[in-house]
Amino acid sequence: MRLIQETDFGTPASRAEKMITLSVDGFDVTVPEGTSVMRASMEAGIKVPKLCATDMVDSFGSCRMCLVEIEGRRGTPASCTTPVTEGMVVHTQTEQLKSLRRGVMELYISDHPLDCLTCAANGDCELQDVAGEVGLRDVRYGYEGDSHVTARSGDQPNMRWMPKDESNPYFTYDPSKCIVCSRCVRACEEVQGTFALTIEGRGFDSRVSPGMHEDFLSSECVSCGACVQACPTATLTEKSVIEIGQPEHSVVTTCAYCGVGCSFKAEMRGEELVRMVPYKDGKANRGHSCVKGRFAWGYANHQDRILNPMIRDTIDEPWREVSWEEALSFTANRLKNLQKDYGKESVGVITSSRCTNEETFLVQKLTRAVFGNNNTDTCARVCHSPTGYGLGQAFGTSAGTQDFDSVEQTDVVIVIGANPTDGHPVFGSRLKKRLREGAELIVIDPRRIDLVRTPHVAAAHHLPLKPGTNVAVLTALAHVIVTEGLMDEAFIRERCDWDEFQDYAAFVADPRNSPEATEAMTGVPAAEIRGAARLYATGGNGAIYYGLGVTEHSQGSTTVMAIANLAMLTGNIGRPGVGVNPLRGQNNVQGSCDMGSFPHELPGYRHVSKPEVRDIFESLWGVTISSEPGLRIPNMLDAAVDGTFKGIYIQGEDILQSDPDTKHVAAGLAAMECVIVHDLFLNETANYAHVFLPGSTFLEKDGTFTNAERRINRVRKVMSPKNGYADWEITQMLANAMGANWTYTHPSQVMDEIAATTPSFAGVNYDLLEEKGSVQWPCNDANPEGSPVMHVDGFVRGKGKFIVTEYVATDEKSGPRFPLLLTTGRILSQYNVGAQTRRTANVMWHDEDRLEIHPHDAEQRGIRDGDYVRLASRSGETSLRALITDRVAPGVVYTTFHHPGTQANVITTDFSDWATNCPEYKVTAVQVTPSNGPTEWQVEYEEQAKQSRRILHAEPAE
Amino acid sequence: MSPDKLVRMANQIATFFRSKPHDEGVVGVAEHISNFWEPRMRAQLFDALAKGGEGLDPLVLEAADRIRPVRENA
Repeated sequence: MRLIQETDFGTPASRAEKMITLSVDGFDVTVPEGTSVMRASMEAGIKVPKLCATDMVDSFGSCRMCLVEIEGRRGTPASCTTPVTEGMVVHTQTEQLKSLRRGVMELYISDHPLDCLTCAANGDCELQDVAGEVGLRDVRYGYEGDSHVTARSGDQPNMRWMPKDESNPYFTYDPSKCIVCSRCVRACEEVQGTFALTIEGRGFDSRVSPGMHEDFLSSECVSCGACVQACPTATLTEKSVIEIGQPEHSVVTTCAYCGVGCSFKAEMRGEELVRMVPYKDGKANRGHSCVKGRFAWGYANHQDRILNPMIRDTIDEPWREVSWEEALSFTANRLKNLQKDYGKESVGVITSSRCTNEETFLVQKLTRAVFGNNNTDTCARVCHSPTGYGLGQAFGTSAGTQDFDSVEQTDVVIVIGANPTDGHPVFGSRLKKRLREGAELIVIDPRRIDLVRTPHVAAAHHLPLKPGTNVAVLTALAHVIVTEGLMDEAFIRERCDWDEFQDYAAFVADPRNSPEATEAMTGVPAAEIRGAARLYATGGNGAIYYGLGVTEHSQGSTTVMAIANLAMLTGNIGRPGVGVNPLRGQNNVQGSCDMGSFPHELPGYRHVSKPEVRDIFESLWGVTISSEPGLRIPNMLDAAVDGTFKGIYIQGEDILQSDPDTKHVAAGLAAMECVIVHDLFLNETANYAHVFLPGSTFLEKDGTFTNAERRINRVRKVMSPKNGYADWEITQMLANAMGANWTYTHPSQVMDEIAATTPSFAGVNYDLLEEKGSVQWPCNDANPEGSPVMHVDGFVRGKGKFIVTEYVATDEKSGPRFPLLLTTGRILSQYNVGAQTRRTANVMWHDEDRLEIHPHDAEQRGIRDGDYVRLASRSGETSLRALITDRVAPGVVYTTFHHPGTQANVITTDFSDWATNCPEYKVTAVQVTPSNGPTEWQVEYEEQAKQSRRILHAEPAE
Repeated sequence: MSPDKLVRMANQIATFFRSKPHDEGVVGVAEHISNFWEPRMRAQLFDALAKGGEGLDPLVLEAADRIRPVRENA
């Protein structure tokens, strides 16, 4: 192992097809037209000294180090800003260039501290490198004059000096080390798209400034780390590097937060993680990151992490730390007894969308092959299960149709029910980049999300619909496209079922589905819908990106079908730049679905009732697999309350906090006799558990995650599991304690089993992943290198299926008792139930959930910003502090669900999607009233949680 | 689960399939329930049907015969 050093070519790659040949220092090099001389030189292996250039951002030409001579041209042009031309003859090292560079370097160093030995960037400083490259041996100007380096100048304070800004929890800004190369400013603009940084002042007064001369934490900075990565000196440095020192080896792995699935280099010193740096070859993130993946990994060492197995007979007892053997035999006995007393179907599993494909595969195998039933489900139940059903019906596969690179060729983007700048930040940045290049944006969301108006990005149309009216709005869009004749008839005739299309067209063309007829219901002005429909249908490559604002409704599956209809109607399927793109929530929720986590499907989305599919697994596993669909999570809880479902093994999921109608979840868990929680922390669900099996983090195991673009990425172990075992080993030990005889010694063997049984994974193995870096399924004989774009020559199901999408209002309606509609979402710095991010310094950005309420609704209720309010629905009530904002429309309130104290899911109801039982998180009728503080339920809950987390530690051996 | 909830879930499915041609709708409801409802849920539905199917959508009642039966001791 070594420290992976990625080549910095100085300027971004050109996409041109025309090739140009030039000569650099006597070597011929051929590059695409539009390439800079600097990049062409680097391609030839010749590094021109540089400071302000880096290939993550456009060339800038400010540092004057990268000068070259070009035969036939006067002067010494900057190689970063000079494009190559045919036959150009370049010299990168001449007497004139040497002297010019040395002179410029001398000036830089005359205003830079010479504390290299004690500097955090020692060993990783481009300024140091370039000083060496140009042979700087002396600084003739001395250090007495004007400078930014020291706090005092003689006996006077130095007014040019600025103290270090340590406000950000993860990195420091030391202005005394800044060479004003603007790389940080440009990274913030071009890569992240936040525009939080600028250069203030002019000439020698120039300084990097977050916001209007603020500190980093108070500024608009979102702490993505792009500036830190871009900085060539110690000016912007990770605090972990300052504390530990430079890393000595690194391993490429995949982030375990959201469904974007960013590739990172885990930079290590021994088994200590020094920093996570986004990997430029990562095809999902292309060298970018967000605050979570880049910095929020400290939870792995948090004091709350549980490292020993624990058991208890009943949930009112304290936990007892025990050996692995005792914990596993206790668990196996309980499960076996439950199955003896209550039947084979009385136990089940929840697989984790946070764990690897291999781990998930083993958990569903546990229930199918060892427990002998199909009672397996996963958190996709509560997020994208409608995507699986809806896209499966329309296209023949639940797969998102594109890769993330596709956005670079999109002309019109529809974002519906997603908030990419918070939920999928790295994709959000890539999207914003394309929008700044001129692509048009349509946002369909009850809330004015950041994308609607953010620096240098403005939506052409924002359709602020009433929560619950997605289907009506999408059908109205289709109405305009069909009645105005904007559809792509050639595409429909060739690729789709023409008869079904005609039924569909007649349905959408009905005047009752027009924007004018539905305006009163949806709250969206008809003219906006007409404008948006025309733009999407005629604006070039149209792509739809959507999230849980689509799926988490009573009509979630219908909305997904409506989205598929729109894409087929306009021919926006089957090539780069278009498509239907579900933004998946969790790092491996795509994978957990692929791996057969659903109770009705074996791996690869094949129904359990199909004998030919069961046969594949039965002959390999030597068991009989039930042909009956198992229980979904809400059904498990219902069955538990009914007394027929008694035991559950939950790997890496916190259903008590994340699932709707908390009281019902709690009642279900309390009714069970063996709840096994396998997790890093004593999460909320563990309050009701009898067995706690300590889990391992993504840094402690090998495996794969599959991201939202179906990309299978390697997860690589960089340190030993602190709890002793990787999660796949623990599941195997549990299976074996139940009598199975599993003998996996490495996750690659599990992947081989997946490939052997699942056609879309047939070509996947660890050797291929090692060679390619990643592949997108389907990866098999037909697509040996994977499939970036789906449905290229036709739909998976044959002909695309248009489905009539009748709007049905949800039963959850506002009325006199509950006049407001609550919708929920997430925020950039926190992740899901917050189990990880709340245990990092990310709480500095968000330490409590707030209720967003419109000024009008707040005034009517006498609520001021920051007041405690009581939030009540027919399910329950909680209290939290109000945040008054016009981001939400009158009549709509919004909150996040990252903190267990808030108990936002006490409010949400048990209504769910008609097809998949995906809960209707996004619409709850509520009332908001002033309050003095926590509700009785919150107080009781906290007390119960405290009681249930008591641990009796094992006596140390004498 | 509570009978009300079961009826609501069945009716939600029927509501979607009502926009299909009638025969296709009946088959759609039956297949959907057969494919996604665990035997305990189907047994509860058959119980409700045996008691007259109060509150159930006519499309569910019509689909009832085509819903996969529940084997004893399954």
